[in-house]
Amino acid sequence: MNALALALRQVRYENRAFWRNPAAAFFTFVFPLIFLVIFNLLFGNDELEVPGGTTNVSTFYVAGITALSVVYTGYTGLAMLVTLARDQGLLKRVRGTPLPPWAFLTGKLVHMTLTMVLLVALVVAMGAIFYDVDVPTKTMPAFVIALVVGAAAFSSLGLAVTAAIPNADASPAIVQASSLPLLFISDVFIPAGQAPDWLAAIADFFPIKHLSEALQTAFNPFESGYGFEPLHLGVMAAWGVAGLLLSLRYFSWEPRR
Amino acid sequence: MTASIDPGGDSHGPAISVTGLRKSYGSLEAVGGIDLTVQRGEVFALLGPNGAGKTTTVEILEGHRERDGGEVNVLGHDPEHGGRAFRQQIGIVLQETGVEPYLSVEETVALFRGYYPDPLPLEEVLEVVGLTEQRATRVRRLSGGQQRRLDVAVGLCGNPELLFLDEPTTGFDPSARRDAWEVVRNLSSLGTTVLLTTHYMDEAESLAGRVAILARGRIVAEGRPDELIQGDEVVTISFRSPGRHATLLDGITNAATSDGAVTIHTTTATATLFELTRRATERGVELEGLTVTRPTLEDAYLALTAAEGTESAETSEGGESAGGTASGSR
Repeated sequence: MNALALALRQVRYENRAFWRNPAAAFFTFVFPLIFLVIFNLLFGNDELEVPGGTTNVSTFYVAGITALSVVYTGYTGLAMLVTLARDQGLLKRVRGTPLPPWAFLTGKLVHMTLTMVLLVALVVAMGAIFYDVDVPTKTMPAFVIALVVGAAAFSSLGLAVTAAIPNADASPAIVQASSLPLLFISDVFIPAGQAPDWLAAIADFFPIKHLSEALQTAFNPFESGYGFEPLHLGVMAAWGVAGLLLSLRYFSWEPRR
Repeated sequence: MTASIDPGGDSHGPAISVTGLRKSYGSLEAVGGIDLTVQRGEVFALLGPNGAGKTTTVEILEGHRERDGGEVNVLGHDPEHGGRAFRQQIGIVLQETGVEPYLSVEETVALFRGYYPDPLPLEEVLEVVGLTEQRATRVRRLSGGQQRRLDVAVGLCGNPELLFLDEPTTGFDPSARRDAWEVVRNLSSLGTTVLLTTHYMDEAESLAGRVAILARGRIVAEGRPDELIQGDEVVTISFRSPGRHATLLDGITNAATSDGAVTIHTTTATATLFELTRRATERGVELEGLTVTRPTLEDAYLALTAAEGTESAETSEGGESAGGTASGSR
């Protein structure tokens, strides 16, 4: 079997194992959707100024929770999955077999990406059905590209952060602490229009805001062009490359003690 | 039959040959110049206390770790640069259990079989490790012993020419250990070369054709288990002291009484035992708990590793009594 076929086979087994734990699978999907529901309950009737006009704040939340879904599967989910596999000795075991190590990681990565696709589809569908948010049409290509670049960047950062995680018990704390505060200042949970400059500058430095901004544009009903955001995509890509380089340098296959 | 496909490897010559292997972690020397040869088809056990360099040595042979010096040849490959061709020929059973808990036994073995060009049939793998009945069970529902057997199944499913077993029965109950030994014997009868590390001397004695004892990064003894034991010919006679009859032990050397227990170390067991039982019979004394024990591999091991450990310390008792003291104090 060639290496690509082996990688795809890994995805199948990852996927099978994932659905065998229905409670974990269920809450993987429900967690971001709960945020969508709660924020709409709280602020659903508010209006929001966007470039070109005024929209219902639900549009903001569909884009924001889409960004959350990408961060939550690519970064949070992948980092926890890989740290756990490392601590269980699974990574080390695989390194002793003819399976190319990248094929094993690809299995996990593609599995999380498929989870992300399903999650984003649910978020967009709920937005359209319950909150009257338009599904991007003309901006669809820009929406997909923002998702692809975002998924790649956050997965690569998810792999990189495992090097800083001493063990699987510490991974939820480290992964949440490094993402949750940013989610609050990055136009995901709340429109950060009134944030002080220094806070906005911090948000601008990190990649989450660039993902949510790119998605906001794709969901903006007043967007007259195709909605591509080269600057935001570029910042995300730079973070992705940095994550990849850090992973190549510091990624550990052996359990830490 | 195990060597039917041999991509790039050398199917003649020893399975493992090591000369002058060295490895340090910082200023700590873990392996300080080891020579080792394991023939094809052999079950070879590497023994030694914690920190003796067993795991480091095995991990270098597996390709998990880079060496600082020396020559290493495993199945015709240098493990550091063996790549896929090398890993297709070996099987590794690590100390930690690490498989996906939500897959079944059968799925797990099937997943790993798929990594190899010429795997063993699924049925045969399950049969050899005794998990045929648990084939549909999820990994997380297996008992500790069954999970360990699954580890072995995963290690051998690629039909390896050489299988590494790192402390395969640590934490097993006695019956699970017997089962695991049966597995290793089955493998050996298929012609698989096995390199085993273990803390259990009875395990090495029962399974291995040859053993090497490591202490402080060096091999202090190597040979068949019975050869190593014969190096230590002292037989131990022990019984509970009958109290008043102190003269019972007159003229018997190397006898010690402590806590009402008498222990005699002797190289002339027959004569000593005859003299002892004659005196006891004459006095009408029953020697309660009388036992005569031949040294085991464990005694030889303790003697060798203790001698090594106290090399620079005081040696008032003399080198030979080290084994006796160690075994007598148990």
